[in-house]
Amino acid sequence: MSSTTTARAGATAAGPGGRKGKVRATDRARAEARLGWYLAGPAFVILVGVTGYPILQALYESLFSFRLTAPADREFIGLRNYGVILTDSLWWSAMGNTVLITVVTVAVELVIGFALAMVMHKVLGWLRPVVRTAILVPYAVITVVSAYAWQYAFGLTTGFMNAVLPFVGADFDWFANKWTALTVICLSEIWKTTPFISLLLLAGLAQVPDDMLEAAKVDGATARERLFRVTLPNMKASIMVALLFRALDAFRIFDNVYIMTKGAAGTETLSALAYNQTISRLEIGLGSAVSVLLFLCVLVICFIAIKVFGVDLARARGES
Amino acid sequence: MGAMSRKEKGLWYLGALFIVLYALLPVAWIVSLSFKAESDLANRSFLPTNATGENYSGIFSGDGAELFLPALRNSVIVCLVATVIAVVLAMFAAYAIARLDFPGKRLVLTSALAVAVFPVITMVTPLFNLWRQIGLYDTIPGLVIPYLALTLPISIWTMSAFFRGIPWDMEQAAQVDGATSWQAFRKVIVPLAAPGVFTTAIIAFFIAWNDFVFGISLTSTSRAQPVPAALSSFTGSSYFVQPTGAISAAAVIVTIPVVLLALVFQRRIVAGLTNGAVKG
Repeated sequence: MSSTTTARAGATAAGPGGRKGKVRATDRARAEARLGWYLAGPAFVILVGVTGYPILQALYESLFSFRLTAPADREFIGLRNYGVILTDSLWWSAMGNTVLITVVTVAVELVIGFALAMVMHKVLGWLRPVVRTAILVPYAVITVVSAYAWQYAFGLTTGFMNAVLPFVGADFDWFANKWTALTVICLSEIWKTTPFISLLLLAGLAQVPDDMLEAAKVDGATARERLFRVTLPNMKASIMVALLFRALDAFRIFDNVYIMTKGAAGTETLSALAYNQTISRLEIGLGSAVSVLLFLCVLVICFIAIKVFGVDLARARGES
Repeated sequence: MGAMSRKEKGLWYLGALFIVLYALLPVAWIVSLSFKAESDLANRSFLPTNATGENYSGIFSGDGAELFLPALRNSVIVCLVATVIAVVLAMFAAYAIARLDFPGKRLVLTSALAVAVFPVITMVTPLFNLWRQIGLYDTIPGLVIPYLALTLPISIWTMSAFFRGIPWDMEQAAQVDGATSWQAFRKVIVPLAAPGVFTTAIIAFFIAWNDFVFGISLTSTSRAQPVPAALSSFTGSSYFVQPTGAISAAAVIVTIPVVLLALVFQRRIVAGLTNGAVKG
């Protein structure tokens, strides 16, 4: 390990030297590059392998009409699977649900997450570790468990929510109706993932210069003005990163939907649709096409975030 | 920060109370549910009328044990193996990213990021098909490999952020003071890097432990099925009985280890999740 340190020191020492020094420097640069790839190469190969291979395979399979129950009927049909999907109302309903869940959960989480971050930032003394530990609990609880907890809380027989909530009757079935079922799905998703957002925002809050806030206060800015004119603008980078990460995560929502409704009552999302085509119906061709389309959606979200909103993920994660 | 007025302070304390309630109520609910007797499950109240341990004995020695215990074993093995492999590979990669200058450094980080946001369900269809052909379907390695797509990216990101904060010059300083390069590495660098590696391992483990998509799609029996997938295939003691109690008890059991990790290593995990995460 230390050889690189000395190599580097040698390279800088020889840097401004003559021709010989220059040759040595590039040699060293080359050696450093080689070592870099030896060290990072295995991780990189696995990263590309475990995701690159499946996406290419899905792309290929999506061009066939292929059902595992009838392997002999496998037939090349070009882009027809995509035609079938894009003209099916099921796809558009799943797309609508996915977009709705993404927009609602991310918007709610940003607001709650910011409030929680503010509290964590301001609370001092013995309470500070207490709140920071508490907030990690939903983060650590697995999504499936969260889904069951919320499903049972609102469940017709197991739940207590109908007894507690004043505006619904005792025998109100939350999972029979699309909108109420989606509400519970969103609640579970929000509960589980807000802590992650609030921790990202907490890191952003810590970057807001205190003297700037003091100065604004001295100049007579109200708390509201300080929030909107000083704090939030200074946190723009971390808000954008939290937003993009969560949006991409919410867009692939599967666990909550599968546990609570299995896609019934019109609550199917894109991931649930892909799963149902492949695993339940064994329609490899159609399932692959849904998967490819879902992947394209994620690419489009990334593209919009980076090109239109200028989210610089590399810089935001501290690498530039 | 200026001194807070008493009223303002009270407000933040109220907020703190809200956070604690927010975080713990749903967990308390599932714990309470796990102690309800079968006849008590529909009592429509938060707490059981008579707490009983029968749901726990059911999943550890009763009907559910056949399903739950192997699932617990599978989960532990798959998550540990996927975490260790990811952390070791990421350690080398993160060292290279933090310390060396090589073309393609950004490419490695960008691919890690791309894989982290990759819709995992997209991997399921092709892997399901391939695994069945080559005999990896419903096996432990058949889960470990896709789990690397979950654990590796976050490990690379988190660890390179940690490693970037290490004062590497101290290694040279130790050598100048007469330490051999191995001593310098072991006595100076390892103690500085170990907390980062450890924290990364915990976060990667959390993510693997949370997986449901691969578990439900790439396994079918207790040979390899992990706990989250097994939970969804629990059945009641008879066809007409909902397995609510058993699921709740099993849910509590799988929640305990991760919550304990979160409690014990709170500071490190918060640092790991936010370290280098946001630099405006």
